[in-house]
Amino acid sequence: MSAEFVLEMKNITKRYGENTVLTDVSLSVRPGEIHALLGENGAGKSTLMNVLFGMPVIHSTGGFEGKVLIGGEETHVLSPHDAMQKGIGMVHQEFMLLPGFTVTENIKLNREITRKNPFSRFMGKNLETLDEKSMSMDARRALDSVGMNIDEYTKIHGMPVGYMQFVEIAREIDKKGVKLLVFDEPTAVLTESEAAQLIKVMRQIAESGIAIIFITHRLDEVAAAANSITILRDGKLAAVRETKNTTIIELAELMIGRKGEAVVEADDRTPPMDEIAMKIRNLYVDMAGEEVKGISFDVYKGEILGIGGLAGQGKLGIPNGIMSLYDAEGDVELFGKKVVLGDAGAVLRSGIAMVSEDRKGVGLLLDQSIEDNIVFTAMQIYGEYLKKYGPISLKDQAKVRSVAEKMIKDLDIRCFGPTQHTGTLSGGNQQKVCIARALALHPKFLFVSEPTRGIDIGAKKLVLETLVKLNREQGMTIVMVSSELQELRSVSDRIAIVSEGKLVDILSPNASDADFGLAMSGIKPSEHKEKGDGAK
Amino acid sequence: MDKKKIDFKELVRSNAVTIMFVALCIFCMVFSNTSVSYVLMAMVGRLSRNAFIVLALIIPIVAGMGINFAITIGAMAAQIALLWVVEWQITGLGGFVLAALITVPLAAVFGFLIGKLLNKMKGQEMIGGLILGYFANGLYQLLFLFIFGNLIPLNTPGLVIKGSTGVANTISLQSIKYALDNIWSVDFGTALYVMSGVIVVYMILMAAFKKKKEVSAIVITIVLGVCCAVYAFVPAVADLFSMVTVPMITFVVVGFLCVFNNAIMRTRLGQQFRAVGQNRTVANASGINVDRIRLIAIVISTVLAGWGQLIFVQNMGTFQTYGAHEQVGLYAGAAILVGGASIRKATNKQAILGCFLFHLLFEVAPSAAKTIFGDAAIGEYFRVFISYGVIAMALVMHAWSGVQKKKKKALSAQ
Repeated sequence: MSAEFVLEMKNITKRYGENTVLTDVSLSVRPGEIHALLGENGAGKSTLMNVLFGMPVIHSTGGFEGKVLIGGEETHVLSPHDAMQKGIGMVHQEFMLLPGFTVTENIKLNREITRKNPFSRFMGKNLETLDEKSMSMDARRALDSVGMNIDEYTKIHGMPVGYMQFVEIAREIDKKGVKLLVFDEPTAVLTESEAAQLIKVMRQIAESGIAIIFITHRLDEVAAAANSITILRDGKLAAVRETKNTTIIELAELMIGRKGEAVVEADDRTPPMDEIAMKIRNLYVDMAGEEVKGISFDVYKGEILGIGGLAGQGKLGIPNGIMSLYDAEGDVELFGKKVVLGDAGAVLRSGIAMVSEDRKGVGLLLDQSIEDNIVFTAMQIYGEYLKKYGPISLKDQAKVRSVAEKMIKDLDIRCFGPTQHTGTLSGGNQQKVCIARALALHPKFLFVSEPTRGIDIGAKKLVLETLVKLNREQGMTIVMVSSELQELRSVSDRIAIVSEGKLVDILSPNASDADFGLAMSGIKPSEHKEKGDGAK
Repeated sequence: MDKKKIDFKELVRSNAVTIMFVALCIFCMVFSNTSVSYVLMAMVGRLSRNAFIVLALIIPIVAGMGINFAITIGAMAAQIALLWVVEWQITGLGGFVLAALITVPLAAVFGFLIGKLLNKMKGQEMIGGLILGYFANGLYQLLFLFIFGNLIPLNTPGLVIKGSTGVANTISLQSIKYALDNIWSVDFGTALYVMSGVIVVYMILMAAFKKKKEVSAIVITIVLGVCCAVYAFVPAVADLFSMVTVPMITFVVVGFLCVFNNAIMRTRLGQQFRAVGQNRTVANASGINVDRIRLIAIVISTVLAGWGQLIFVQNMGTFQTYGAHEQVGLYAGAAILVGGASIRKATNKQAILGCFLFHLLFEVAPSAAKTIFGDAAIGEYFRVFISYGVIAMALVMHAWSGVQKKKKKALSAQ
């Protein structure tokens, strides 16, 4: 095959209903090169890969526009299985390995080598006996080619995570006729030395003629491994670069970029740094997909602290861990008093409230009225809005109504009245009910997690304005976690960037795009500059 | 030293059910007044008629569907087949084989339907199978009380309730009683010698073709040799087995099923069973049709359960039309758990051991209760209570070990 590119994706546009997630994106990969695919969350990386693999989610939502060429020929990839047969393999971020199987069995899963036996002659191929010897020989060959000297009869169970990654790669290599391998965040779970080993293996694979698409957020690895780079931003092609002609700083800038105008612009001020409101030391949170691995920082009284970072890096784990919705460990102090992690009721009583990112799951009782939603937590935690009749306490309807009406007016909740069910409200108004509920607790400290997720731009503005108003007028200390950097920069006094469960840096909202880009990929901007200087 | 201690603890923990049951059996043996030779005789009988159906549970467990309580429905299929064999008055081994053949399509169709349903309730297969068994019992009653005998007339005398409608409460199987057992039934000594001989020849052949390690072949040969010698030269031991007769062909059939269970796991299909059992997502991602594999597992299990029920009733010589199938799933499930299987893992050895222990308790509990409490009914009550208890305990232990694993993982992560 003499085509210049092993894969070309031309002018791909993909819509989910009204929502355009990919606009006119192209990607070209040469044989034997490592091609990095960069972008923030929601930039369209995974959608592009779903198109490439013919995932059902693409076909069931009306397909896509544009062309996919494999080896110079236009192709239609019908399913992931079809993609595999066309020579495209995927090394998954979450391992697709069976713990109870040996390395060989995993590598050969559903591609077993079999021998005929008397039964299989009339009962079909499925009853053929496994040829364990040739299977393990194949596995050995694949393992050798990724430089792994582990015994092919070892079970996956109990193996170090780094090894599993290599077994997964060995499996893809063992597939016949593989032309292109996609590595989805392969280094996320590896230690530094394992990551270095992985990059070495990737180079070896590329040298043997197999092209690699390398999806990652670690810019330094991109610079070390990739030959060329495609950067996506907001579903559009931001740039294509050759590694030798670019710098990490430029990549960081391209990845972040300015996205339109800010919806809300809080007045610039010098961040208040007089009194510490919350002191967090060595916080560990066991939240699946958002693990926090030892974070320490201070929040000052009266500030809005933004927490940003890519999805799955642990930023959501911080509020959820401190509120004890997930198992957490570490020392947290609120105005000098220790907060006991592990008891959600006690945390609420200590004066911390949270507006959850999971509005419909944790945030609201959808079948209940607005007023009940607003007072629910306060009723449970402080026993407010209750009338006592001896041992029996009943809801104080009049008081509930008056509070609800005040909140509806203050926060401008658009509804028919306090008895409307929250399930029938729009996303933005539901979010305001969540805020009202948190405020009904008279908190000293407020966590707001992804406050603008899934709501329209007008509602976004209102929600953010409400938060700024709360902060400026009532002096509420707010920690806001958001994936939208623009939003964080417009309202926060300081922005903490989290990567891989650890705090990278706390930046000023006026820091450059490049600094944010570097921080999100786990590189502390100031240190990177020093390194650069040292080289010169 | 320290490591050994932990291993021992782990061993006890993972085999708690089995160890508890062994203790219980010994306790009851001590207090029951039955002679050892009588118990041994009864046990050989019980093992021969119950082992097959317990072994039928293995494939669905390996395929990740837990204990297939819906084997009750397989047993119903066998009973439908038997009714017609009795009606057509086909006797002896011919009748038995015909019933086995009729059972296959019936149980396969039922198994297909069960599998379809269980595929819609992944993760709840056990409770689904259990409830399905109860539901099917209703249909079974409709079939036997109303359709057979009324819409489809039965002509054999004694098969229909006199002066009423429907099939009689008890169906006598005198015509095919011991059809399988009596083909070749020998005393214990002969059985021991024949089995030892076969195993030794097999070992020698395997060793000759270098497929098995010679050491283990020699060890097994020596053990068997010692057993034969003890039986031959120590009259006290031989006396214990004096009442035992061994239905050789029945055990050969059970042995075949063991071989089948092992052989199928070495095929592509078996590999798919195991893959689906461990993780459906991963299996699916590698192109395995998960639903189809689960369906096949249930169909095989249901058909095997049907045959198991046939073996059971041909040994009993009679069956309760409306009750013989009811406890099948419960007892078989309890038995395999007693042997140390879990709802995720099961082997032939566990099935056989479990079947032995469970039925040993069944045998000795009533007489032990009679000695202790002066009433055999308490023992009767006791064994039903035990079988539910064993299942509950296995489920709790499964959930518990899951939590434990998670804790361990969290600990090692830090």
